[in-house]
Amino acid sequence: MIDWPLVSVIIFLPLIGASIILFIKEDELTSINIKWAALLTTLGTFILSLILWLQFDYSNPSYQYEEKFRWFDDFNFFYHVGVDGISLFMILLSTFLTPLCVLASWHNIKKRVKEYMLSFLFLETVMIGMFASIDILLFYIFFEAVLIPMYLIIGIWGGNRRIYASFKFFLYTLLGSVLMLIAIIVMYRNTSSMSIEFLQGNYFSYNTQLFLWLAFFASFAVKIPMWPFHTWLPDAHVEAPTAGSVILAGVLLKMGGYGFIRFSLGMLPEATEFFIPLIMTLSIVAIVYTSLVALAQTDIKKLIAYSSVAHMGIVTIGIFLVNQQGLEGAMMQMISHGLVSAALFLCVGVIYDRMHTREIKFYGGLVQRMPLYATVFMIFMLGSVGLPGTSGFIGEFLVIIGAFKFSSYVVIGAAFGIILSAVYMLYLYKRIIFGTITNNKLADILDINTREKIILIPLAISVILLGIFPNLFLDPMRLSLELIITNYEIANAK
Amino acid sequence: MLNNIYNIFFIPEIFLACSSFVCLLFGLFLKKNAFRQTSNLAVFVLLLTIFLVYYDSESNFANYKSLFSHSSFINFFKILALLGSIASIIISKDYFLGIRLKNFEIPILFLFSTLGMMLMIASNNLMSMYLAIELQSLSLYVAAAIKRDSISSAESGVKYFILGALSSGILLYGFSLIYGFTGSMNFYDISFYLSKYDNLNLGLIFGLVFVMVGLAFKVSAVPFHMWTPDVYEGAPNSITGFFAIVPKIAAVALIYRFCLVPFENFYLEWSQIILFLSISSMFLGAIAAIAQSNIKRLLAYSSIGHIGYILIALVAANDDGIKAASIYMFSYMIMNVAIFAILLSLKVKNEYLINISDLKGLSKSNPIVSLSISIIMLSMAGIPPFIGFFGKFYVFIAAIEQELYVLSVLGVLASVISAFYYLRIIKIMYFDESKSEGIINFQISFQSKIILSLSLFLIICFIFYPSLLINISASLTI
Repeated sequence: MIDWPLVSVIIFLPLIGASIILFIKEDELTSINIKWAALLTTLGTFILSLILWLQFDYSNPSYQYEEKFRWFDDFNFFYHVGVDGISLFMILLSTFLTPLCVLASWHNIKKRVKEYMLSFLFLETVMIGMFASIDILLFYIFFEAVLIPMYLIIGIWGGNRRIYASFKFFLYTLLGSVLMLIAIIVMYRNTSSMSIEFLQGNYFSYNTQLFLWLAFFASFAVKIPMWPFHTWLPDAHVEAPTAGSVILAGVLLKMGGYGFIRFSLGMLPEATEFFIPLIMTLSIVAIVYTSLVALAQTDIKKLIAYSSVAHMGIVTIGIFLVNQQGLEGAMMQMISHGLVSAALFLCVGVIYDRMHTREIKFYGGLVQRMPLYATVFMIFMLGSVGLPGTSGFIGEFLVIIGAFKFSSYVVIGAAFGIILSAVYMLYLYKRIIFGTITNNKLADILDINTREKIILIPLAISVILLGIFPNLFLDPMRLSLELIITNYEIANAK
Repeated sequence: MLNNIYNIFFIPEIFLACSSFVCLLFGLFLKKNAFRQTSNLAVFVLLLTIFLVYYDSESNFANYKSLFSHSSFINFFKILALLGSIASIIISKDYFLGIRLKNFEIPILFLFSTLGMMLMIASNNLMSMYLAIELQSLSLYVAAAIKRDSISSAESGVKYFILGALSSGILLYGFSLIYGFTGSMNFYDISFYLSKYDNLNLGLIFGLVFVMVGLAFKVSAVPFHMWTPDVYEGAPNSITGFFAIVPKIAAVALIYRFCLVPFENFYLEWSQIILFLSISSMFLGAIAAIAQSNIKRLLAYSSIGHIGYILIALVAANDDGIKAASIYMFSYMIMNVAIFAILLSLKVKNEYLINISDLKGLSKSNPIVSLSISIIMLSMAGIPPFIGFFGKFYVFIAAIEQELYVLSVLGVLASVISAFYYLRIIKIMYFDESKSEGIINFQISFQSKIILSLSLFLIICFIFYPSLLINISASLTI
């Protein structure tokens, strides 16, 4: 194994890059240096995180690469990081998407390039740190620190209603997460421990669990987001710059799902059992309702934003089925959604950069001028629909198999949502891509250039790879998920 | 016991009192640059006093027949108050010169007020407590009205004086009731007398309530906060800075000692009052600050909100509460020093900055200043990883230790509301497009720059080595 602190290096490398960028002077000529510095840092982080995957021990269900230092003298708060099967792919997702974000912002961010790159690098540090932390307070610190760069990204570089969207995003998610802080302190008071590993052993009385569960639910349900706490998401997505939407959809939403698996399932099993019907109801409503809302959208980004809520509904169903297929499906769906929705936002960014509008009506017949674009867009669109052979299929399929063990009503709800997702995505694709060009302004739109190819093709490859070789991803996480399920079943069998 | 009568001068309070007189004479006889020289001398005197407080942990003589007390808690808050006044004298020097307010009395007033605060923090007797409060307040009344040709400054001085005198009167009436019913003015004697009883009688409850009202005035807790925004707004900025940074430290220490020493066994009686003060301060501070356009009023409401959080730790009334209060107070002082160091150096069209909307475009003209303001604001809002978060975190730990779940949830809700107006400042600096650039001037003297960088360093880097402060505050005994 590796004898140097790999996880810490991955966490703090972007921050080191940021501190270098801080000293690069910014003007017309040198802003390119800032971009290159950011790109190289994020690429370096990605390569290091690949080592994480290559060296990962598939037969070990608990944390690997652990690093632990005492931090506060007066109570058991440690700087304790590590990676297990669940967090491995979340970290990879973050490190994979951030360089693409930097590339996607290469030309369309013209003002304050330095601050922009600093925000993204800081964001990468806190995202990775959050997924890697094994100490709940450390987790919380990273979890909330995510708000700072995201607030700035939406607020400074966003669209017309960016201020409204950034405030809504910040306050909405802050409200959820402060309740989690109280829950964390209560947990600490009951057990004198802040270790996630330790707390996954069911130490709380039934009533305490119910309250703790609700507090965690408040923060994760807003983050993931579940209906009816999703209203910040369309605003934030629509107003954020392309790369901001990519990170928001690709990684930040997964923080909610990750939290549900780690905290609700892992630490509060009995309360989870009690609240499963609530979650299932909310998820099915979310899937059906937001799919219908997505169908009616006229803005491409908003449509994808609502489709995200629907897809995350499948994830919450999968998580709270608490069986092997359900959880694996939920994880696969999260990874797949991270890639697909990120790619869809990037695709929207491509035409937005050219035409500066996201109205669906404006477009039409793009296939005539942009054949390559139409192809990659199709791959991602089908991934979002869940066509076999793409990543979306694996997740949805596994969740539905798992749901059969639970209740056929849930299956009907989820399947209905999947059908609806095919409807709105295909309808969107038809309106934008097919047909003849009716809008004169589109007459000389150019196909994707090399930079955009570099961004979109790796994503397309990974979407297909995930669809054809799901075991590549399922094997490392299997044992960690089994551990959580076993703990859960032991706790509820009592 | 003292071996040598000269040692009496090394008792911090006596040293500070004598040196303040020396400073006064020094200022009187100086012709040129009196203000600047006196300020420098005052800073020097305060530094020496810190040194003396630090090494003066053993002298029983200072207790003066237990008029004053001695403990690590007292010393910690004394040092905090001294540090706060050093910082505020340094950061305000250029401001006073800038508005041509060169009265050399200003640093002297700060010195006397600081002396009053040190006595307040240490007082162990109702009488010494009252006299210390008056010494502190009288200097501040004058300081608020020091800009004689300005109506708003005079108004704020008078307002502060009238309301302060009223509160002192209420306080004194409460003292008389407590004295009447217990027969003693000494905190320990009162505590000993009360330990024989299970409940307080009606007279004592009245006395307690009156004293609480008076102290709530001094810490500006809602509903006795009305003077704060007006005084903050009217006084010259640097005096406002002093008000925001230092007197709160002393008043908080006093309210802690008053509740936890003579009335420690009557938790139920006073905790209800503090609970109400705490909740109302947090919410009013958070909600009222939203509508402010004047940065000083905004900071006034923000300080009211912060007092609410510190009072949560008092309601908790355990060792964790004392620890939380000292950490919170430290972070509060640091954040206020930092924000006032910036505000006192920002000029818009040759006028010192007052309106929040004038911050527009600051992020373009002064990226480092606006980044610093953003960090301070996020820290005040309690967003990790800055020091403000840990202040709040320890407060909630103390509250949950005492099973005050509802209070904690209310506390975090108020912190979300207050995040809104802190974010608004960031929004104005970064998100709003400014048409006219370069009207904001940032000029800062070398000394203030050191203070500013030091406090920013503490705000950002506290997370890397928290144990230093936390170990000190964990060892404090009241």
